[in-house]
Amino acid sequence: MGVFLKMLTNEAEVATPLTLAVPASTCRPGDTPDFSDMVISEPGVVRRPEVTESAQDMHELATELIRVLDDKGNAVGPWAPVIDTAMLVKGLTSMMVTREFDRRMFLAQRQAKTSFFMQSTGEEAISTGFRFAMRDDDMNFPTYRQQSLLIAGGYPLELMMSQIYSNSHDPLRGRQLPGLYSSKDTGFFTLSGNVATQFLQAVGWAMASAIKGSDSVTAAWIGDGSSAESDFFSAMLMASSFQAPVILNLINNQWAISTSQSVVRGQAATFAVRGHGFGLPSLRVDGNDFLAVYAVASWAVERARRNLGPTFIEWVTYRVGAHSSSDDPSAYRPKSEAAAWPLGDPIERLKRHLIASGAWTEDQHADLEGKVKEQVRLAQAVAEEWGTLKSGPGPSPRDIFEDVYADVPEHLQRQRREAGL
Amino acid sequence: MTMIEAIRDAHMLAMESDDSVVVFGEDVGFFGGVFRCTQGLQSRFGPTRCFDTPVNEAAIVGAAIGMAANGMRPCVEIQFADYMYPAYDQIVSEAARLRYRSAGDFTAPLTIRMPVGGGIFGGQTHSQSPEALFTQVAGLKTVIPSNPYDAKGLLLSAIEDDDPVIFLEPKRLYNGPFDGHHDRPVTPWSAHELSDVPSEYYTIPLGSAAIRRAGSAVTVLTYGTMVYVALAAVAECAIDAEVIDLRSLVPLDLETIIKSVEKTGRCVVVHEATLTSGFGAELCALVQKHCFYALEAPIERVTGYDTPYPHAQEWTYFPSPERIGLALQQTMAG
Repeated sequence: MGVFLKMLTNEAEVATPLTLAVPASTCRPGDTPDFSDMVISEPGVVRRPEVTESAQDMHELATELIRVLDDKGNAVGPWAPVIDTAMLVKGLTSMMVTREFDRRMFLAQRQAKTSFFMQSTGEEAISTGFRFAMRDDDMNFPTYRQQSLLIAGGYPLELMMSQIYSNSHDPLRGRQLPGLYSSKDTGFFTLSGNVATQFLQAVGWAMASAIKGSDSVTAAWIGDGSSAESDFFSAMLMASSFQAPVILNLINNQWAISTSQSVVRGQAATFAVRGHGFGLPSLRVDGNDFLAVYAVASWAVERARRNLGPTFIEWVTYRVGAHSSSDDPSAYRPKSEAAAWPLGDPIERLKRHLIASGAWTEDQHADLEGKVKEQVRLAQAVAEEWGTLKSGPGPSPRDIFEDVYADVPEHLQRQRREAGL
Repeated sequence: MTMIEAIRDAHMLAMESDDSVVVFGEDVGFFGGVFRCTQGLQSRFGPTRCFDTPVNEAAIVGAAIGMAANGMRPCVEIQFADYMYPAYDQIVSEAARLRYRSAGDFTAPLTIRMPVGGGIFGGQTHSQSPEALFTQVAGLKTVIPSNPYDAKGLLLSAIEDDDPVIFLEPKRLYNGPFDGHHDRPVTPWSAHELSDVPSEYYTIPLGSAAIRRAGSAVTVLTYGTMVYVALAAVAECAIDAEVIDLRSLVPLDLETIIKSVEKTGRCVVVHEATLTSGFGAELCALVQKHCFYALEAPIERVTGYDTPYPHAQEWTYFPSPERIGLALQQTMAG
């Protein structure tokens, strides 16, 4: 006993005290923006496996970066998709509509026409390109920064704005925070506002598609920040265990409000490598490259549709705007960081490609810009005739008692009567 | 039939009559559930209709919500209600609100079954009664049967229902109507008339209470295991009480409650769950609001204490026939 105690004492004397490694966000105001530790593969160099290849044989795809567009705007390498010019122009137009929509709705929030808004500036290619690779009967479980899924899916801008304004034409009857849309017909699941919960539901939706023997597929969406939630890991597990026809998408836009992605990523090299522990094909993709997005989305959608199971994709992009209309990013990151982002702007890059391929001119682009501005302006005028949060017609107070259950139960009827509604 | 057999029978009939009904959870497939409530389903309906999941309650409920929104009618099992908490976000923020926030665009017609209550020496992690955590949530229905006949009819209603239903199964009642006298021989269901379960499909509407004993002196509002404990207490203190088995907490059969308390003028509320903010508090508030001028005495509550559920001291915690008897006498004296 005496010897044992002595040994313990000696050990304690020589041991180094433990220290806690508190993770720090990479770049703060006053720092010089630095993305040098980010792995960026050259365009065209990353291999494109067959969709039937096993997950184990494509591990390298999780640490490289799939890119198609080079700096001159050429589409290079095995991932360069077969896609016609009309489709590319459609993609470009859709992204430009999203950007103008965001600009106008952000202003509308500043003009007190609504309470809150979230822009997707810089991230338009991911949702637009992905939506183009899906069918209308496929389903998305989106995050709150994916208005492009609706816009690319042809959902009316007036109705999106009506939801934002909670006006008389709001399809959600004033119940949801601005931007938390729902449209089953457009393959857009009702947005929660709680993050990560829907990543798991997407797997369930996909499992049901498989049980029913349908051939529609599902896309789950999550952010770098929200991927810290347990529901992310639960969804990866369920998708893996049941080989659900689902594409598990993680949009890494570098920032979760004020916390940088490195804090959530921990010691993992990339987010994409998280998929390896679940045996999932895991790809890391340049999310600002419309062609790469479309190519990888089509690949993963094909895998799911051919019953080859789930795919995990990390889309690397940058949140150019504030987290939301309630946020001021200059308090926590350098103002110059967006300009230093090495993967450029998705709209500019697709425009450059179209011009480089001889299918597009600066004049055509300027003309399109004018048309897009007019389209969004007109939609806003129509929506504002239907009211805004602060003026004009809105949903009925009586509406709050409906849709809690399929039928209004007795106790809610009583409460509605007592409220004089 | 025992309650377990009745629940199993309801599953069989639901899966037979509707291809969209799927059943899953921890150990529910091959093994048929730790309480055997899903025994035989997988071999009869195949592994895509009834299957095992990883030990992950959030995943069970989260996946069930996605399936329900996509046209299925999942009926999932949480092995013990005490394990429900990882799924609580999915239940509260998601299942309960899909219809509301999407204005009916998406709905979640699913049933979440879970064994509740004590009396089995399960300690703090196999004995809880968390019903008030569900009745507080707008968009959920909360049901709790007390016998085999009701378990079958209510479960079939729950599965048919177009809204999410929390289906609480008092585990001490699985094999017999336990009356709280833990030191006496166990009574099997075969000795009880409500174990006579018809083989055909039938439903009991959610929101209808059952009067288990008609009486004129005092109304006892209770549910689950406490129905039998209250009946024992009433018999032992020879008070002509009316014992109401609520069966469904949301929706609640307020009409039956009001009618009874207006007749008796007295009321005792009994449940296993902790006292503070328990469902009994809601019952007391409703009774005083709707029956104020009929009341002859303060409403009494007999419940579990505001402590975690203990192990060795189970019978101190568990509301006994004696404690209920004392409350009845006190109410009669008031």
